Amino acid sequence: MLGLDKKDAVLLVIVAVLTMFAPFILNPFPEGSAMAQFNAGYPDLMQRFVIFGIFAIGFNILFGLTGYLSFGHAAFLGVGSYAAVWMFKLLSMNVIPAIVLAVIMSGLFALLIGYISLRRSGIYFSILTLAFAQMMFALAYSVLTPITGGETGLQLALDDPRILGQSQTPEGNIPVPGLFGFEMRDSAELVIGSWVFTFNLGYYFCGVILLLAFYLAIRIFRSPFGMMLRAIKSNQQRLNYTGINPKPYTLAAFVISGMYAGLAGALMASMDPLAGAERMFWTASGEVVLMTILGGVGTLIGPVLGAGAIKYMENIISKINSDILHSWFAFLPDGLEDFVVTIVYPFIGKGWHLTLGIIFMLVVIFLPGGLVEGGQRISSWLRNRRARRDDRRSKTEPAE
Amino acid sequence: MGILEVKNVGKRFGGLQALSEVNLSVAENSVHAIIGPNGAGKSTLLNCLVGKLIPDTGSVMFDGQSVLGRSPFEINQMGISRVFQTPEIFGDLTVMENMMIPIFASRDGSFRMHAVESVVSESEVVDYAEQMLEDMNMADKRHMHAAAMSRGDKRRLEIGMCLSQKPRLLLLDEPTAGMARADTNNTIDLLKQIKEDRDITIAIIEHDMHVVFSLAERITVLAQGTPLVEDAPENIKGNPKVREAYLGESA
Ligand SMILES: Nc1ncnc2c1ncn2[C@@H]1O[C@H](COP(=O)(O)OP(=O)(O)OP(=O)(O)O)[C@@H](O)[C@H]1O
Ligand SMILES: [Mg+2]
Repeated sequence: MLGLDKKDAVLLVIVAVLTMFAPFILNPFPEGSAMAQFNAGYPDLMQRFVIFGIFAIGFNILFGLTGYLSFGHAAFLGVGSYAAVWMFKLLSMNVIPAIVLAVIMSGLFALLIGYISLRRSGIYFSILTLAFAQMMFALAYSVLTPITGGETGLQLALDDPRILGQSQTPEGNIPVPGLFGFEMRDSAELVIGSWVFTFNLGYYFCGVILLLAFYLAIRIFRSPFGMMLRAIKSNQQRLNYTGINPKPYTLAAFVISGMYAGLAGALMASMDPLAGAERMFWTASGEVVLMTILGGVGTLIGPVLGAGAIKYMENIISKINSDILHSWFAFLPDGLEDFVVTIVYPFIGKGWHLTLGIIFMLVVIFLPGGLVEGGQRISSWLRNRRARRDDRRSKTEPAE
Repeated sequence: MGILEVKNVGKRFGGLQALSEVNLSVAENSVHAIIGPNGAGKSTLLNCLVGKLIPDTGSVMFDGQSVLGRSPFEINQMGISRVFQTPEIFGDLTVMENMMIPIFASRDGSFRMHAVESVVSESEVVDYAEQMLEDMNMADKRHMHAAAMSRGDKRRLEIGMCLSQKPRLLLLDEPTAGMARADTNNTIDLLKQIKEDRDITIAIIEHDMHVVFSLAERITVLAQGTPLVEDAPENIKGNPKVREAYLGESA
């Protein structure tokens, strides 16, 4: 299918099904029930899942295949967002030109930064990318205020030209991002009993782009280019003496992954048309590293899972407060209830970073292959168990 | 004129004159061995031929063209393949992938952006790689991770990878170091076979005299960074200068 072998095609179908049915899958609990706060099927969060999924897929093309750990990839995310918002200001609110410009701009920035940073490898490469990203953050925050909006960020205004669109709507509002007449914020709701499912146009738009991005990543992984990138990670010396110049390969991987980041940045701006310097801050670059490692470096699906897991924790665990905890543990005797709540409290709300940190450490120590390795272990354990059971059965029931 | 002409090469590491006034001419389609005690400068000389080191003085010509100042990948593209003293392969990749990379390199040059076609659809490369693995007697290992193989197999794979490129000059740095006797003999047979099958020039660094005398048509003895003698194998055995150079080491 689509030039993929069976295993990859199955993977693509799984991701497609998960993305398309996410409004159901992520909303398993009925509205108003105690568990409803674990629902993640609202447009805002679902958009973030797929946008960060795209960011991580692209990051993994560089880090997972070549082993070059960029610590400044958020810079390209920021460039993408700024470029997209500028398109909304100058051209029109259609997201397509915004995305195209964002991908081109982030690609150009990646070409320059990659060209310089790739003169070094290992930790020096990481530090160089970090330095570039922090420089860009500082510039965006101060000197470049006319272009970036500085501290307040870049926002749309009523007097923006929007030469192919309209500066303001007939009602005198700032227009919203859209796609040929449809607005990204358009949503439809489906109510079944006490379940509410929301289908948002912006989410589905991002979802389709995620599928395209994922498909392209599979093709890259399976191509001779992808094989050369893995060879760079494995033994650069041998590659050199085999007649391959590793530099342009690594640079190409760097630019491609920068363009993925720019695409993610443009989608962020398309869902919510503003861009701020904090998108380029080093913690944002660190986050995509965590996503990739948590999910499984160098695997196809890992980065998507990692992005989902981290965004879920960030948005769901951080919303749990002590009242909710008390209501959960109300069945315990009073003294014990308070004790349990005191113990759990540091891990929720603002303490979600602590939970993330612990989960991350556990994964790195016990599952170096990330969540993907966890999945593989579980499935091979199940397979073994079934095999053993069949074995036992065939022993107790000798063939007649 | 040999296919490889080394003239007056010198290389200094700080206070150590690792090579001085090295002259070497390797005739086309011959097997030329370079021997000498530990630290004689054999690997250093090899590194000067493949772009890893740039000699301080002298010239290195391959097929009438200077190799000095070129990167290793450019020199490989000129037709020189190198096998390392410790096997250098792509350990994280499968044996089959290891074999395909040099084939891609010979076909497509040092860089080509083939990012969306799939590897398995490159039937020309796949077939040739299968054929090479067949020839190297490792077809059954094609899906194995290269790092999981025995040292002898890694060496065979590395030699196979170099041969797949049909190099005009094959450089081998102690290909049998650390090998069991049986593996060593296999390697000798393999190299003899290669020599029979095609036009290729081989320059081999080796400590094992059994290997040297089974293969070499010409031998250069290097001691303390300079060639001591260059002669046919039968004349090297009895040469008193050579004995002296080696005795210093074994004493
Ligand atoms: N990069 C380097 N920097 C400093 N000294 C070096 C370097 N490479 C080699 N040498 C020195 O140069 C001398 C020659 O080393 P070389 O590796 O060429 O010897 P060799 O003949 O290959 O020995 P062996 O048989 O042990 O492999 C040695 O004294 C070695 O320590
Ligand atoms: Mg040596």
